[in-house]
Amino acid sequence: MQSFKAAATTTNQDMFCHSSFFLRGDDCNSRHQTHFPDLGELDHPAVAFHHDDAVDLSPSSIFSSKSSNVAVAANDLHYSALNTSIGATEMVSGGTGCLNTGQFMYQKGPAFGVSLGNGHIENWADSGLADKSQQTDTSTDIDTDYKNQLHGVQHGPMKVDSVDQSKSKCGDLKMLRRLAQNREAARKSRLRKKAYVQQLENSRLKLTEMEQELQRARQQSCFIRTGLSDSVMGNAALAFDMEYGGWLDEHQRLINDLRLAVNSHMGDNELCILVAGVMAHYDEVFRLKSIGTKADVFHMLSGMWKTPAERCFMWLGGFRSSELLKILGNHLEPLTEQQLMGICNLQQSSQQAEDALSQGMEALQQSLVDTLSSACLGPTASGNVADYMGQMAIAMGKLATLENFLHQADLLRQQTLQQMHRILTTRQAARALLVISDYTSRLRALSSLWLARPRN
Amino acid sequence: MHYQGESWGYYMPTSSMPSDTMERVVKLASESAVVIFSLSSCCMCHAVKRLFCGMGVNPTVYELDQDLRGKEMERALMRLLGNSQAVPVVFIGGKLIGSMDRVMASHINGTLVPLLKEAGALWL
Repeated sequence: MQSFKAAATTTNQDMFCHSSFFLRGDDCNSRHQTHFPDLGELDHPAVAFHHDDAVDLSPSSIFSSKSSNVAVAANDLHYSALNTSIGATEMVSGGTGCLNTGQFMYQKGPAFGVSLGNGHIENWADSGLADKSQQTDTSTDIDTDYKNQLHGVQHGPMKVDSVDQSKSKCGDLKMLRRLAQNREAARKSRLRKKAYVQQLENSRLKLTEMEQELQRARQQSCFIRTGLSDSVMGNAALAFDMEYGGWLDEHQRLINDLRLAVNSHMGDNELCILVAGVMAHYDEVFRLKSIGTKADVFHMLSGMWKTPAERCFMWLGGFRSSELLKILGNHLEPLTEQQLMGICNLQQSSQQAEDALSQGMEALQQSLVDTLSSACLGPTASGNVADYMGQMAIAMGKLATLENFLHQADLLRQQTLQQMHRILTTRQAARALLVISDYTSRLRALSSLWLARPRN
Repeated sequence: MHYQGESWGYYMPTSSMPSDTMERVVKLASESAVVIFSLSSCCMCHAVKRLFCGMGVNPTVYELDQDLRGKEMERALMRLLGNSQAVPVVFIGGKLIGSMDRVMASHINGTLVPLLKEAGALWL
């Protein structure tokens, strides 16, 4: 034993990779402070697992060529974290967290982390990065789990547990072993599936991010290419798109901060400030849209600055206020009588305002049709240029009112949000803003998924 | 002089017509619970009318393009509102509410319906 005691005090890296190296219980405790204490060799028949910290028995998972003593723990951490903090992964897109104040904290950027129970962030994409000091904590949780399963398991001729021996019926032993192996295999299979699903979710988030980055990069390159020679309107559209992209990023940051605050049960005073921040930021987007509308109303109406799914359900250049309130639905409960009435009235009045504006738009369209199809422009007309120009001028005048309609629609949206803020308490308003933001994020993610779907 | 055009209003006897345009506007505005000054070709005016009808209100509408003194009244309204768009403009209970944006804002923040009830234009 002298030889490997000496070896143990040198670098761990070499030790753990050596196939004949194995540890005995008490020695481990004294020697290993922060390193993973119990890597043992499976194939060796004489290994006895007396140590409290047990080991992952699958040979493939024990050593990886990278950071060996970390790899095992990382795998176990994956699984333990999956067990503890991921129930159903409700998700989520565009880098945001889930709705029901889940335990997720998301960081933007290529590495996605999942918050474990103790608040550390682990990087799922790279198993080698697990925090060493943490792995001993979590490994003890799962290891007790393992211990219970281990007692029935035998590898080769090795005897593991005296409890089974005391039963001393060969058939029972074999059956128990088989059952335990099945359990273990099933469990491993479930865990692998969970890990796979998690990986998929992460990939999806990455995809959304990349799509958005790509879109922005494209627009930027377009903008640079066209330069001053292009029409003023083209530049205005691109300018808005870029500003809007920036607004979205900032919005996401604010929403993430708000989510953290809500989940950490922050006090109302501080929460109020965060909520006010998000509301003020919404005012900012309406200001941007106002500028954009004056510069290029058709671009704003077209919704090309939104993702396809958002565009499909767009109304007059933006979201429907009444729809927003329906989305909030019962996420706002509990509501007082007065609040409930306020929300109902808001729902009704926003619906009425939307209908009025919609009908106004229809009248506009009809009027435009009438003008452009007027008799003096028809095939039997005299072909008088003055008449033609006259009708065109009228049509131009009508088109100009489009800006006003878009402006009114945005005002309606802004006022609905503000009234909602007035009716609700700080905490309710915070939750409402999170719900709205998550809904929009999911719609955007849907667009990305749709665009990336495999086509035959 | 007499009015032209089909509006949802009613005719004024000529003898009691005030000479000043602004006074006339105010007088007309105070004669009904809800008064809308409009142009028949204006689509935003159409939207305002639909808004009130949708609420079950029956507004009195004056189409200024069908009025002999319509141009003057438009100018007076422009001065009153302080912007280049004279119409649509809404009076409730004789009080000036404003253009479409003011009307919508007051509807959203819940002050429009009480005003309408107060003026007798709406019963629950």
